[in-house]
Amino acid sequence: MRLELVKRGNPSKTLRFFSPLIGLALAVFTGAIMFAILGKNPLEALYVYFIEPLTELWSVHELLIKAAPLILMGAGLSICYLSNNWNIGAEGQFIMGALAGSIFPVLFTDMQGPIVLPLMLTFAIVGGALWAGIPALLKAKFNTNEILVSLMLVYVAELILDYLVRGPWRNPAGMNFPESVRFHQFARIPELMPADGRANWGFVIAILVAIALWVMLSRTLKGFEIKVLGTSPRAGRFAGFDAKKMVFFSFLIAGACAGLAGIIEVAGASGQLRPIISPGYGFTAIIVAFLGRLNPLGVIVAGLVLALTYLGGEAAQISLGLSDKVARVFQGALLLYILACDTLIHYRIRFVPTPKAQGSAADV
Amino acid sequence: MKTLLTTLATATALSLTLVPAAQAQQDTAEACFVYVGSHTDGGWSQAHDIARLEMEEHFGGAVTSRFIENVAEASSEGAIERMARSGCDIIFTTSFGFMDPTVAVAERFPDVKFEHATGYKTAPNLSVYNSRFYEGRYIQGVIAASISETGTAGYIGSFPIPEVVQGINAFMLGAQSINPDFAVRVVWANSWYDPGAEADAARVLMDQGVDIITQHTDSTAPMQEAAARGIKAFGQASDMIEAGPETQLTAIVDTWAPYYIERVQAVLDGTWETSDTWDGLVDGILTMAPYTNMPEDVAALATETEEAIKAGELIIFEGPINRQDGTVWLAEGEQADDGTLLGLNFYVEGVDDQLPQ
Amino acid sequence: MSDATLILIQAVLLTISTAATPLLLAAIGELVVERSGVLNLGVEGMMVMGAIGGFIGMIVTGNPYIGAVVGVLFGMALSLLFAVLTLTLATNQVATGLALTILGLGLSGLIGEPYVGRSAVRMPVLNIPGLTDLPIIGRLLFGQDLIFYISIALIVGVAWFLFRTPSGLKLRAIGDNPQSAHALGIKVIRTRYLAVLFGGACAGLAGAHLSLVYTPQWTENMSAGRGWIALALVVFASWRPFRILAGAYLFGAVSIGQLHAQALGIGIPSQFLSALPYLATVIVLVLISQNRRLTLINTPASLGKSFVPDR
Repeated sequence: MRLELVKRGNPSKTLRFFSPLIGLALAVFTGAIMFAILGKNPLEALYVYFIEPLTELWSVHELLIKAAPLILMGAGLSICYLSNNWNIGAEGQFIMGALAGSIFPVLFTDMQGPIVLPLMLTFAIVGGALWAGIPALLKAKFNTNEILVSLMLVYVAELILDYLVRGPWRNPAGMNFPESVRFHQFARIPELMPADGRANWGFVIAILVAIALWVMLSRTLKGFEIKVLGTSPRAGRFAGFDAKKMVFFSFLIAGACAGLAGIIEVAGASGQLRPIISPGYGFTAIIVAFLGRLNPLGVIVAGLVLALTYLGGEAAQISLGLSDKVARVFQGALLLYILACDTLIHYRIRFVPTPKAQGSAADV
Repeated sequence: MKTLLTTLATATALSLTLVPAAQAQQDTAEACFVYVGSHTDGGWSQAHDIARLEMEEHFGGAVTSRFIENVAEASSEGAIERMARSGCDIIFTTSFGFMDPTVAVAERFPDVKFEHATGYKTAPNLSVYNSRFYEGRYIQGVIAASISETGTAGYIGSFPIPEVVQGINAFMLGAQSINPDFAVRVVWANSWYDPGAEADAARVLMDQGVDIITQHTDSTAPMQEAAARGIKAFGQASDMIEAGPETQLTAIVDTWAPYYIERVQAVLDGTWETSDTWDGLVDGILTMAPYTNMPEDVAALATETEEAIKAGELIIFEGPINRQDGTVWLAEGEQADDGTLLGLNFYVEGVDDQLPQ
Repeated sequence: MSDATLILIQAVLLTISTAATPLLLAAIGELVVERSGVLNLGVEGMMVMGAIGGFIGMIVTGNPYIGAVVGVLFGMALSLLFAVLTLTLATNQVATGLALTILGLGLSGLIGEPYVGRSAVRMPVLNIPGLTDLPIIGRLLFGQDLIFYISIALIVGVAWFLFRTPSGLKLRAIGDNPQSAHALGIKVIRTRYLAVLFGGACAGLAGAHLSLVYTPQWTENMSAGRGWIALALVVFASWRPFRILAGAYLFGAVSIGQLHAQALGIGIPSQFLSALPYLATVIVLVLISQNRRLTLINTPASLGKSFVPDR
């Protein structure tokens, strides 16, 4: 017996919808097995992991806090991946956006008033986009591998943040400990419902950006261009689309989204800069993008699911003493399952007996 | 009662808040811990976890404890809040980066007691505690200068924060008390815990000819590297003798258990109060691992120094001490106050490294 | 030169060599994978699995050599997962590689938990009286551990295989044009499977080097981004084996050199010095990719594209 892929005439619409759900189900099933191996009751563990964080209102607020950056970055990265531009440095763009936006509350502490927050958001968007512009420029101009450059710049961004928070941007009244001043009230993103929890308007911004990107993708010529250049650069050229401009476009969009996510994180939930401001959101956002089918609306759901794995990881540690690594294994397995399920959209799988003849059946 | 004594004994002045009337005795308590690293990291977080288990054992079933590990400082507020809501009576947050999140959660949960390690912000239900690690560093400096043949030690730092700067300065002052020309070379690992980077740093320092390795990072990698080259080294946070049976001279061992027992007892007794604790060798919050792999006279000198520090005869930051640039920091007989030490961001004379300002 | 200088030079070279070996191993494996037209971005994940595999093998048996073999097997196991997905199921190679890294980091952390904080037996080094004591090069050439010698042998072996054997020619043909190779009766998928497994074995050995030689202990994420550096080295080397050797040692020299600069107290913030290796990588990538002639000749034309045989 061997497995053979047969290309479908048309991609299956049903499977396009169901494939992420199948992937999710398989990942949950794998998770249950993992819990059992770790000596926990799988059902109880799954409950603690996926349901318990949703049973209390404050916890739902925490979910929204974690989902906002994931949705923003996942939506931006979708544009990149659809157009076949492999930006994996959202984490660095997130940091640079946060830094650019923090210039106002950290360096211009006297500048207060309602103008501060819009300025911060704008600077963050520009900061993130500029940082993403580096790999884009190098790819467009020198054909340099954007995967590696965008990743290397993550390390550089982390070190810049570290330098600033421990050096020039250190809180002068903070006993020389590595953190910036706490942002004043005009530099904070207001909370949605302060009585119930900490979630802030950043989540709403994330949803709006995702919807805007979805409209662009599905309703405009630009969206068509992105998809054509992504699936067939050749056809794109015939249609008169410029692949180099697309490199910039997609990277700048993704960088802008990541920068916005960065300032939402520091001006929202944390309220100051610290040496480390992200628990790896930029990398988790890659999973979000794929789980969301590279569709910004799907990304909203996917962002909430991945945010839940963070919270579930905390809850499982506290209630069951489960290792915090379980969450990461789950995230990795989830992405692999989704990718495998995606194959079903384009191919039918057939099992055929092992052939005896040579020639046509050359492949395993 | 014991708490009150400790409180009065602490060097830093603080405003005592009245014990809330609602506080009552209780038979059992749940103590919770938030770790920045893994509970088996062989260093900082593990030292807290060992103390947690010791504390649990001390109370023999009356106190249960739980922990959450590898909590990213960036997103720690949610994790601390989840802890607070899960029925903890007292929560120890054991990293400086948890300071503001702990303050925020403490405000929302006035009935839960919070204890934050190495920070400086207190509240009616939030205490801070810290250890004078630098006292151990001074002893290490004395030992290093006594046995070094090259007169140069390598110092692997994590980050240039006051705690580490205190350590480098104390080490240097200890060394200068034996050899005024003693030199120290500093490499920053830019991490508290990165064995690869720490090992690289140790190798580079030894390549440059230092014959003593000191670390203010948490992994045993520098100890292993020193052992591989037959060079002596000092352990950090935990007794690292297993990683270098013939290498470790001594180690600064964090012994948080007595403090944890005392604070949890206070919760049981209903006598918990806000406190600001900065204890030293004399209080047992840090201890020195046995003085090994050195001549007997050096071991005796080290013990002598330790006793002098405990007895208060030897004040480490007491003048005359010059700053790195040669200007006077502390005049003859003048002592540095705790506020200055807590925010220390300059070196003493003789340190050949530059701090980011 | 004084004795002290000679000793210093030898010590520095040895430290650089230790830093370069894991990069070299992972990169030479990935080079073969990419020459067959497959882009496996999961090097970091396979490497860290190799590190935990090597460590567990060593702890259980007490023998670092058996540990290294277990590390290789762990790396191969993860690469097999990648092969099944990308080759049999024709999934997107870039995304699958990223997923492999995420999975590898999580899984190694989980199975490695009981092993954190335990010390390993370091792999012994060669000692040939006379040769090992030679100045400067003695310990560099004749005083290292087995994995170092394997890494050098692999460079030579891969160069010979790719450019001097019929199988190597076939592998390169597949990387350039799998359709034509398939039409000629070359077993495209089978060859790619073998290449990916070889890459996994090399990354696994690189990981085992970390936990058995570099720092004989296990810690989470101990690959610390080296897998990504290895990927950059393949591009740097423009897919030529001997250039990997040069690239790995150059990178090792930059990352060790910045520590020397720190220890000498030159007063540049350590964060800037720590960023140097990454910035150097970016600059080198730009310089290499700028040279179109060089890259076009050597880049496997079908790199990263799925191949599904139509019968």
